[in-house]
Amino acid sequence: MGVEGIGASVVRKEDRRFITGKGRYVDDIKLVGMTHAHFIRSPHAHAKIKSIDTSEAMKMPGVVGVLTGQQLVDDKIGNLICGWAITSKDGTGMKMGAWPAMAPETVRFVGQAVAVVIAETKNQARDAAEAVVVNYEELPAVPDIRAAIAPGAPQLHPEAPGNVIYDWTIGDEGATDAAFKAAANVVSLDITNNRLVPNAMEPRAAIAEYNEPEEHFTLYTTSQNPHVARLVLSAFYNIAQEHKLRVVAPDVGGGFGSKIFIYPEEMVALWASKKVGRPVKWTGDRTEAFLTDAHGRDHLTKAEMAFDKDNKITGLRVKTYANLGGYMSLFSSSVPTYLYATLLSGQYNIPNIFAEVISVYTNTVPVDAYRGAGRPEASFVVERLMETAARQLKVDPAELRKKNFITQFPHQTPVIMAYDIGDFHASLDAAMKAIDYAGFPARKAKAKSEGKLRGIGISCYIEACGIAPSKAVGSLGAGVGLWESAEVRVNPVGTIEILTGSHSHGQGHETTFCQLIADRLGVPISQVSIVHGDTDKVQFGMGTYGSRSAAVGLTAILKAMEKVEAKAKKIAAHQLEASENDIVIENGEFKVAGTDKSLALPMVALAAYTAHNLPDGMEPGLKEGAFYDPTNFTFPAGAYICEMEVDAGTGKSTFVNFVAADDFGRLINPMIVEGQVHGGLAQGIGQALLENAAYDASGQLLTASFMDYAMPRADDLPSFKLSHTTTLCPGNPLGVKGCGEAGAIGASAAVINAITDAIGNNKLEMPATPDRVWHAIHG
Amino acid sequence: MYQTTYHRPSSVDEAASLFAKGSDAKYLAGGHTLIPVMKQRLAAPSDVIDLGKIKELVGIEASADTLTIKAATTYYDIMQNADVKKSIPAISYLTSMLGDPAVRHRGTIGGSIANNDPAADFPAALVSLDATVKTNKRSIAADDFFKGLFTTALEDGEIITAIAFPIPAKAGYAKMRHPASRFALTGVFVTQTKTGDVRVAATGASQDGVMRVPAIEAALKANWSAGAIDGVTISADGMISDIHGTSDYRANLVKVMAQRAVDAAG
Repeated sequence: MGVEGIGASVVRKEDRRFITGKGRYVDDIKLVGMTHAHFIRSPHAHAKIKSIDTSEAMKMPGVVGVLTGQQLVDDKIGNLICGWAITSKDGTGMKMGAWPAMAPETVRFVGQAVAVVIAETKNQARDAAEAVVVNYEELPAVPDIRAAIAPGAPQLHPEAPGNVIYDWTIGDEGATDAAFKAAANVVSLDITNNRLVPNAMEPRAAIAEYNEPEEHFTLYTTSQNPHVARLVLSAFYNIAQEHKLRVVAPDVGGGFGSKIFIYPEEMVALWASKKVGRPVKWTGDRTEAFLTDAHGRDHLTKAEMAFDKDNKITGLRVKTYANLGGYMSLFSSSVPTYLYATLLSGQYNIPNIFAEVISVYTNTVPVDAYRGAGRPEASFVVERLMETAARQLKVDPAELRKKNFITQFPHQTPVIMAYDIGDFHASLDAAMKAIDYAGFPARKAKAKSEGKLRGIGISCYIEACGIAPSKAVGSLGAGVGLWESAEVRVNPVGTIEILTGSHSHGQGHETTFCQLIADRLGVPISQVSIVHGDTDKVQFGMGTYGSRSAAVGLTAILKAMEKVEAKAKKIAAHQLEASENDIVIENGEFKVAGTDKSLALPMVALAAYTAHNLPDGMEPGLKEGAFYDPTNFTFPAGAYICEMEVDAGTGKSTFVNFVAADDFGRLINPMIVEGQVHGGLAQGIGQALLENAAYDASGQLLTASFMDYAMPRADDLPSFKLSHTTTLCPGNPLGVKGCGEAGAIGASAAVINAITDAIGNNKLEMPATPDRVWHAIHG
Repeated sequence: MYQTTYHRPSSVDEAASLFAKGSDAKYLAGGHTLIPVMKQRLAAPSDVIDLGKIKELVGIEASADTLTIKAATTYYDIMQNADVKKSIPAISYLTSMLGDPAVRHRGTIGGSIANNDPAADFPAALVSLDATVKTNKRSIAADDFFKGLFTTALEDGEIITAIAFPIPAKAGYAKMRHPASRFALTGVFVTQTKTGDVRVAATGASQDGVMRVPAIEAALKANWSAGAIDGVTISADGMISDIHGTSDYRANLVKVMAQRAVDAAG
């Protein structure tokens, strides 16, 4: 493999750029003649727009244009779409209400754009925005799920009676009910999965430029998937044709899912750039990020688990209400259905599962995929139930899990997923050893003697990653395929460029993807460049989310590499007058096995491009592409154990220890994997202890700044102890599974299980703030 | 931010005269409150008068009986100061719990008390220690200085120049940090004066801002120990209740933090 190949903790190539401030983000881009946009946003959660008067604003200094939602309608600009069709149990399609990029008639969440001012400077746009007079007629708002489904609740969209978007089921209801009837024991739990704000470090931004003679648009935007953005913008929004629209996602400062989606501001910037004939820039501020980035999670669930007399699970029944906000964001419908309920089997043999998911509209910002997307919610349900069951059945929580682990693979669950491989005993055993699980009772007793409450909590998560086999997701309603593309260009001097449809916004692709090439060819990674994020440079690709870049994106690169290597071997064999079957690649050389004859890669490349002496009929050049469509999801899994101490006087929980034993299959760069796990754990722990997007009864966001929204900080987190147990993924040639979301999926249940164990009260919602924990202790 | 005129006077008198000339002038200390509201366009002062560069407003002096901290001294300088550590270490500790390093390097004691945020730390120290607020016009006892949420006894244009703390026999501070802002969800400062009096002040708890806690003062006067507070009941009436802490939780914190502050004071 060499020092820079697969499995080496190579220092990230991109970090020098970021650390020295040389990253180039959307807001760093300045175009000649560029104007600035400022959006006028609704202060109300639900209201009719009676009138918008832009006349005074138009007279303000520097104003180039003031545009409203009605003008979008007049120009026949399309409404925002949701790209995954979900069918209700009664056979009807999902009830999607219209989402115009700026509201012409009705606003449905605080922060929804109603108009935009375009001016010479940012401040002039903001000044003029204050002169735009919008008259609203306030309507009663439904700020949460319970309000939305209450009888007689105000209706948000005429298309969705009762504010219900769909009522969807999965699994065998009759068989599951029968399992519960026959059960020796039943455990049940009401669970709130709290609402979160993604808070990528870089707020969203967009710059649009229209070239009138060419009828061509360029959009620089903060996207995790620029090609998907181009496809959606051209196919559905009637702004630009696909071949007349270039989308560039340059350096992007974090996404966590929130930058998958196409947002109104990008659409408006593109449309406005043509209207005003000038480039238009919009950079969101932090308040706009809180108010308008798609939020995550927000479920209300009732879950029950049935056991036989030997404590084997016989059934799982789940009913979940999911809040999708005021409009359906791009993949919102799939998150609480196919990304959630299909993982409800967890790591366990559960013969009967039935789940019902009812998604509703509320007067809040749209909710969509956020790191883990549905899988953290599923894992939390299963792992809180297992812990609760162990307490109720009075058995050790680790033993109860082990008794019910799946041990034979492949394993078909009752909820679509077919797990390909795993070793759940190995990861739980590793975690138990790392935390000295056997020694916990003594530690708890000692803490008690010192007046402290000590608890331990386990979470054995599984996720479906490497998203996703296109045919499978197509049959489930997805509007897109989820393959990935790659092109490998060997230049005439032997340096290499990789064009990938994956997009790096913190994942370290510029390093890890090069490591594959170093591994295959034995060349240093300095000889390899990664090109991504520009639809004019890179072939169509699907982008980065769902822990897919290694399992799908890197496999596509491998497929292209195999074609390059095959051609290069033919050229080398021809030049060296040997059989191509005898050519081996070592340390950047094409060698004839068993001889001292060899040709260095640059010579092979040069031969390919001079074309002076190629095998008969061979095309010149050394460049190959590939599309890779996975045959299955991948199934990263692991065990997290957390030990906490709770201060009974204040309710404050403090970490004693947190151990993680993950199975991600083969690791490309263990250091980067470790960083991904740390970040995911921070977000999972943030959800468990700190983060909560709270709306008041009128639909105002109470946590619209970092003064009230508690982001986890370094001193809120313990020093994690990580380890890996490995089963190689059989579904892709690299054996990789994906590591980007695991921490966020598995951490929160471990934390809540530990705190509830410490305080001896299982009734505790996330975030487990000191206030809530204190109340749980003192009743 | 709207347009404003920025001034950097070199003396307190010059600052006061600039203030008098401005149509809607504001003083700027560390800027942690004024700058964010200006950026959000919630404040539009005609003139911003920066007090941070006035030499006579910066510095710390200690005598046998009094610790004097000038108004524009930063939290960091207070935290690091040897005289503070020696005479009233609880103030050094309080400052170490304030915000983060960036905040401590910019924020000032004068700015904190002039703003009188109901969850700020320093008001509790001033009230508990029976400090005197010195301005360019007069001296004001801490008990008379804080007048409820974001309100003080300061008159328009009046400038705090220094805070004089009587050096106590014992003092301690304990704080439950707000999980997001790291202000005090509730903080309690306890003081035993050299004459044996006890003064206890809580911040972050009451809807009216910093408050004395007479029940705890009485218990500690009888018996200076954490255990002496066990039997005290703090009413939740009038306590702040929000998504981060209900009023009964804050009432509990007043008691628990007082006990921990006594333990810290020794």
